[in-house]
Amino acid sequence: MIKVKINGQEQSWDGDPDLPLLWFLRDEAGLTGTKFGCGQALCGACTVIVDKEAVRACITSINDVAGREITTIEGLHPNGDHPVQKAWRQVNVPQCGFCQAGQIMQAAALLMDNPKPSHDQIREAMSGNICRCGCYQRIENAVHLASTGV
Amino acid sequence: MNFIDNPRKLRGFEKNIRVEKVSRRSILKGLGITGGFVLAAPVMSRQAFAYETGAGKMPHGVVVDPRVFVAVAPDGTVTILAHRAEMGTGVRTSLPLIVAEEMEADWSRVKVQQAHGDEVKFGNQDTDGSRSTRHYLIPMRQIGASARTMLEQAAAKRWGVPATEVRAVNHEVVHSATSRKLGFGELAADAAKESVPSIEGLKLKDPKDFRYLGKGQIGIVDLHDITTGKARYGADVRLPGMKYAVIARPPVTGGKLVSFDPDAALKVPGVEKVMQVRGWPWPSKFQPLGGVAVIARNTGAAIKGRDALKLTWDDGANGKYDSVAYRKELEEASRKPGLVVRQEGDAEAALKGADKIVVGEYYLPHLAHVSMEPPVAVADVKGDKAEIWAPVQSPGGTREDVAKTLGIPEGNVTVNVTLLGGGFGRKSKCDFALEAALLSKELGVPVKVQWTREDDVRHDFLHTVSVERIEAGLDKSGKVIAWRHRSVAPTIASTFAAGAKNEAPFELGMGLVDMPFEIANISCENPEAAAFTRIGWFRSVSNIPRAFAVQSMVGEIAHATGRDQKETLLALIGSPRIVKPAVKDMWNYGEPLDSYPIDTARLRKVVELVAEKGEWGRQVPKGHGLGIAVHRSFVSYIATIVEVAVDDKGKLTVPRVDTAIDCGTYVNPERIASQIEGAAIMGLSLAKYGEITFKDGKVQQKNFDDFQVLRMDESPGVTNVYIVPPGPDTPPSGVGEPGVPPFAPALMNAIFAATGKRIRNLPLGKQLEA
Repeated sequence: MIKVKINGQEQSWDGDPDLPLLWFLRDEAGLTGTKFGCGQALCGACTVIVDKEAVRACITSINDVAGREITTIEGLHPNGDHPVQKAWRQVNVPQCGFCQAGQIMQAAALLMDNPKPSHDQIREAMSGNICRCGCYQRIENAVHLASTGV
Repeated sequence: MNFIDNPRKLRGFEKNIRVEKVSRRSILKGLGITGGFVLAAPVMSRQAFAYETGAGKMPHGVVVDPRVFVAVAPDGTVTILAHRAEMGTGVRTSLPLIVAEEMEADWSRVKVQQAHGDEVKFGNQDTDGSRSTRHYLIPMRQIGASARTMLEQAAAKRWGVPATEVRAVNHEVVHSATSRKLGFGELAADAAKESVPSIEGLKLKDPKDFRYLGKGQIGIVDLHDITTGKARYGADVRLPGMKYAVIARPPVTGGKLVSFDPDAALKVPGVEKVMQVRGWPWPSKFQPLGGVAVIARNTGAAIKGRDALKLTWDDGANGKYDSVAYRKELEEASRKPGLVVRQEGDAEAALKGADKIVVGEYYLPHLAHVSMEPPVAVADVKGDKAEIWAPVQSPGGTREDVAKTLGIPEGNVTVNVTLLGGGFGRKSKCDFALEAALLSKELGVPVKVQWTREDDVRHDFLHTVSVERIEAGLDKSGKVIAWRHRSVAPTIASTFAAGAKNEAPFELGMGLVDMPFEIANISCENPEAAAFTRIGWFRSVSNIPRAFAVQSMVGEIAHATGRDQKETLLALIGSPRIVKPAVKDMWNYGEPLDSYPIDTARLRKVVELVAEKGEWGRQVPKGHGLGIAVHRSFVSYIATIVEVAVDDKGKLTVPRVDTAIDCGTYVNPERIASQIEGAAIMGLSLAKYGEITFKDGKVQQKNFDDFQVLRMDESPGVTNVYIVPPGPDTPPSGVGEPGVPPFAPALMNAIFAATGKRIRNLPLGKQLEA
């Protein structure tokens, strides 16, 4: 039996320990905010925060995160008012929106590690997250806004 | 008042309804595919507006009826139906916003509800072709005005005053003479009893009184849900007892399963069943490719199970498709005469007599859509009833296809449209929903079919592959006197009709025969090209290779004559005029040419605007260059300037992009800017990396590692968007697609300016490193 804490709640799994965390979250725990985009850690749509680090849930097995604390988009802030989420809305970032949960989790992890990232640091940290609609200019502006408040 | 209930009984336009024979999709006209008799409701007002659109000619036309689209609850909440699919353009916000504007509803008290697929009830729902605003600006205004009129009539009756004395203002009806007011909620029940006013008599708002339209201050309705993970996409649908499926499909289009061994797959924990999925003979339209499905308790188990399958395939007739050999065939075909699709003057003779001939042969490979959400669908089929939840661009078409595939009446099929995690044309083909329906029928439980990214890359309905060859003949003064453009590309028609080798009018009309330059001798030709895989619509479609070729050629002519790119471009466009190409069956994005002519004044205007705002001709540092391109597509006009920087190792960066768009009357400039910003990213993506290749009939790419798309670290430093203010009564035109085509040629013209290297073959790849 594998135990994990997801958004503050204990969850357990006694199936295949190799099951990617992504599918445990989506199909078993019903937390569908975390998205499937590539399955190979190439696009970042499945980004969650494990302890304080951004992790791609599609290549992370449930066994790898046993006993650890996982935050998904649903648990980032109780009212959805994390500074990154607020900045995202202020800048009107999304088009289709599908990649945005992963983008927001990546940005939140970046700001935990580096509260005032430079232009180049934002671009580098966010480059593992693909947006096919092409919202990069706004993503960059929103991360900047969240880090500075302006 | 609940306008939505019982729309059949209440439908107010029976007298206008006529029975007409329409094709299943108007775009397929000429492919020999016709549907049955359907009801169409031609309810466009000709009096209130100076123009007409092609909306009424779409399958099932347009329905203008407030009782179908609007509901007002006693608490004042106004619910407005969104009947088009949201894939990121903002249409789920924009169309209801038009209704709210005209109705005088307060947007903060409006709820948007997604309509299911039912084109008889809602009118055409096929969300592609950059048509939504252009076809629905007027009908949505009429719906809003009808609802407002009914509320005003109800209030006037309540007060015993003439309806002309009352006026709806911001969610209330006001009688100013007596300072009385009634909220929309208080009037809801009475308003529902009012008859629907005739369209001809409707009073529409004066645009100067608009609170929302054209302003751009309203965020998309799903913004909060998207940022909190609550927004529901196709894959997010979960039903009790639902099983998860992935499918192994034939690696070659049209291939067949010979045998399979399910034993190892069945041993994977969580896998419950392995079963064959029916496939259709090629060309299979939107029908499934067939294969073997693995059914499991979660998607992860299903994928692991599929990896363990042992499969033997017969590759069939397309097993020899090879991109290297095919490209040579296209190039050879482009060097010989082909079917003449536009002829003015005598291009052959003029080329022979020319002082100089500039020749460009341009190649653009297959492209995959790779929307961030791979295809996915949930189906629940019980007996002769089916319910689908899916991210589909055409819920009406999906409903028809599910009914046909399962052999049940269309009325027994419900298609629920989720948000689309990107579409770009891929999700106008509903094969994934049909797979889910077939599996659910067999299993008797709800089934979700999830495509992996590898499935998506390998089994897409790809953007065509093309060679565009242009020969421009110049006289002694450098003036272009002859233009011959041969376009060779497998046609989308081949996905529907075996052996189709010439492009359809809707492909020829995308930048080939509608070429707007003022040249005396023009020949446009379309040599034949056979298809060996599924070809489909990809955002901007044939405009991508056409604009790439035509606008690169402008750069080449500028170089050959030693003139400025922009001046050369304006000289080729010529005088402000309406271009009337000598073309039989001229396709104009489904729009009448008198409302949507090819207007070179507007084309010139976007060039001049982008040149002014984008500071054309500015000094740039060494290694930098500026390129410009303009293109009319989806009846909009758009021009782009790209600045590039190329370092001595050939590394490319794009510091700045400027784009000017004239899309006529518009609704939400904020979303227009976001579409154009995104188009620059997609344009740079395809120009830099976009290439799907085949060997032995199989796609050689699989995921974002070998089919790369642009990431943030390579994206333009800044993208500026300028929107041309519309003139009075300028019809609305497309926004979702027009941004992509001018990007690649502007980029390549900029690269030439920076390096002197002319890139004629896409993608760019490592060509600058040589």
